[in-house]
Amino acid sequence: MSIPKYKTAPLKTWGKAKELREKYYRNYLSAHDNGGLRWAGGAWSFGAIPAGLGRDVFPLTGEPYGASIAFKKDFSLRCLEAVEKKGYARDLCSYMRNYWGSIILDEFAFGGKFPKPDFHFQDHICCSHSKWYQVASELEGGVPSHSIDVSVGPYKDVSKEKIDYIVAQMHDSIDWLEKITGREYNDDLLIEAVKNEFRSTAKWAEICTMNKARPAPLDEKTMYSLYVLGTLAKHDGEFADFYDELADEVQWRIDNGIAAIEHEVVRLMSDTQPPWGFLKIFRYLEKFGAVSIGSLYTFGLIGIFEDKPDGSWGPRETPMQKGEKIETRDQALRAMADWNLSKPEWQHFYSPHLKSEMMLKIAKEWHVDGVMLHYNRGCEGLTLGIAENRLALIEAGYPVMTYEGNMGDEREFDESQTMSRMESFMETLGLKELAV
Amino acid sequence: MISVGIDVGAKNINILLLKDGEIIAKNSTNSGFEAKENASNLLNKMLDECNIDRSDIGFITATGSGRKDIDFANKNVTDVTAVSKGVKFLYPEVRTIIDVGAEEGRGIRLDEQGKIVDFAVNEKCAAGSGAFVESMSRALEIPITEFGPISLESTAKIPMNAQCAVFAESEVVSLVHSSTEKKDIAKAITDAIASRISSMVRKVGFESQIIIAGGVAYNVGFIRSIQDYLEQDVVVPEMPEYLSAYGAALYSEN
Repeated sequence: MSIPKYKTAPLKTWGKAKELREKYYRNYLSAHDNGGLRWAGGAWSFGAIPAGLGRDVFPLTGEPYGASIAFKKDFSLRCLEAVEKKGYARDLCSYMRNYWGSIILDEFAFGGKFPKPDFHFQDHICCSHSKWYQVASELEGGVPSHSIDVSVGPYKDVSKEKIDYIVAQMHDSIDWLEKITGREYNDDLLIEAVKNEFRSTAKWAEICTMNKARPAPLDEKTMYSLYVLGTLAKHDGEFADFYDELADEVQWRIDNGIAAIEHEVVRLMSDTQPPWGFLKIFRYLEKFGAVSIGSLYTFGLIGIFEDKPDGSWGPRETPMQKGEKIETRDQALRAMADWNLSKPEWQHFYSPHLKSEMMLKIAKEWHVDGVMLHYNRGCEGLTLGIAENRLALIEAGYPVMTYEGNMGDEREFDESQTMSRMESFMETLGLKELAV
Repeated sequence: MISVGIDVGAKNINILLLKDGEIIAKNSTNSGFEAKENASNLLNKMLDECNIDRSDIGFITATGSGRKDIDFANKNVTDVTAVSKGVKFLYPEVRTIIDVGAEEGRGIRLDEQGKIVDFAVNEKCAAGSGAFVESMSRALEIPITEFGPISLESTAKIPMNAQCAVFAESEVVSLVHSSTEKKDIAKAITDAIASRISSMVRKVGFESQIIIAGGVAYNVGFIRSIQDYLEQDVVVPEMPEYLSAYGAALYSEN
């Protein structure tokens, strides 16, 4: 097997991504110093709605925060044990348990005491979502919580009635926000935030689509640090601008043959959240000349995709690109509901077959040679049905490897066994560690 | 030139020497805490017994969970690859391998060319491994060599938790206290292992012929149980515990 050699280079925008992430947490922490507000909610919550309360309102999204805790193994273990001592079951969402543990210990992962939010603003599609903030509210001494039910079925079956159901809840949520904060709501800020969300989530999908190129300009481990901005505040203008800048750089890398890894022999895709404390498994793959080009999870957690006229999968055209008017509160909410309902990672809550279809599209269009599935005990929502996905991929002719683990609880991940299994999988793909 | 295959498992080290495709020696020892030293000592002993000089060795390939400790090997391959290579060479008609070592059980499916199509390994669980049988034979105070034959005397069907060795052992203790006959408990244990392993093999999909590799193949009770669960006969090879070392030695020859 010939071993190609490509030029590689660090991402120029890497530093900016890190800076934006730090600024995000700093803004949240210091919000009260300047008379601002803090809110907490899921990465999928309609963050553009609280944005209408003012430019001094800052979020803390739960899943990325739970993942950040997982990355700090000692702190994570203390969080998990604190939750277990309170009597919560060990098989619940591990992001949620890390988050609750941080509240119980009254320690923030980035230093200091846990910064209590002024309110919770959540949506509900995964079984944990609303319960997460119900318990958080209890642990925090009664922080007001609001949740919007979005579980109306897959986007292929969307109807006006389903959109109406969600939009009515969104209108109610604005009344609730005004009541609990005492602030007057600003529709212009809402509209601006909604447009930012369309920009950032479509642009991330475009960046992921660029990874169809061979060699891949981005590897999945790097993508984890980039998509995360969309999980923090997809409605934030600075984040949307960042994705524009990143897209330009990724295009530049393609034009100049800059690869994510030096020796791209085979292309893999993964699925679900990785075990965050053990991202080195992706670097291990590189020793064999294998690059993980992404996954439905990395692409579709925030990226909004659609089927293109030529049958390919790519970024969904935004309402602005289509010339649709967004000038009123109702128009903004309606467009946002429709947009989010087409989110790829919301589809398979209704059927694993919908997920298999999307995974097969990625496998085919991104030229994948093998698939590495994480049977993630930490996330029922995204792992449910993964064994069905495995069968569909195998039936389509893709070699599939599975490993068990947990995105946020390192006690359920066996590093040496996983590495050994990965090595076996590499051998079945005809690869050995490269002697280069 | 002599080709060497060394299989360093959790419990045993198996070494096999090949010359022009023919086995000229095979032997085994406990892995112990010093697997590298134990493997080296065993290899030297085998070379002495065969009057072979170390310089006559062309290539050494290590496999097994401790393969990376064998720094005097020229290369290493995983257990999945090694056992598949050995089986493909010795039993080309086999399409499914059930490899049960001391530490873990594996199910491997091969295509007609002997290429690995899919594989599965039991997850974080000792209930599908050889160590579990040893542990249960101690609990029942039956020598490991008699465990299989005793279980064959039973036709009872006693359900047992096959998902966890700890729970299974507590069930065995309960059965002992309720005066259940040893032969019936032994069968319940081989059924439990077979249930666990057959579930894993069904995950990769099995085709005839099916071969049993690893030391558990010597357990006639397990062979009956796995055949019952898969509703198929299985091939029991002549030297099941050496198939991985044989595959590794073939890598050395090539």
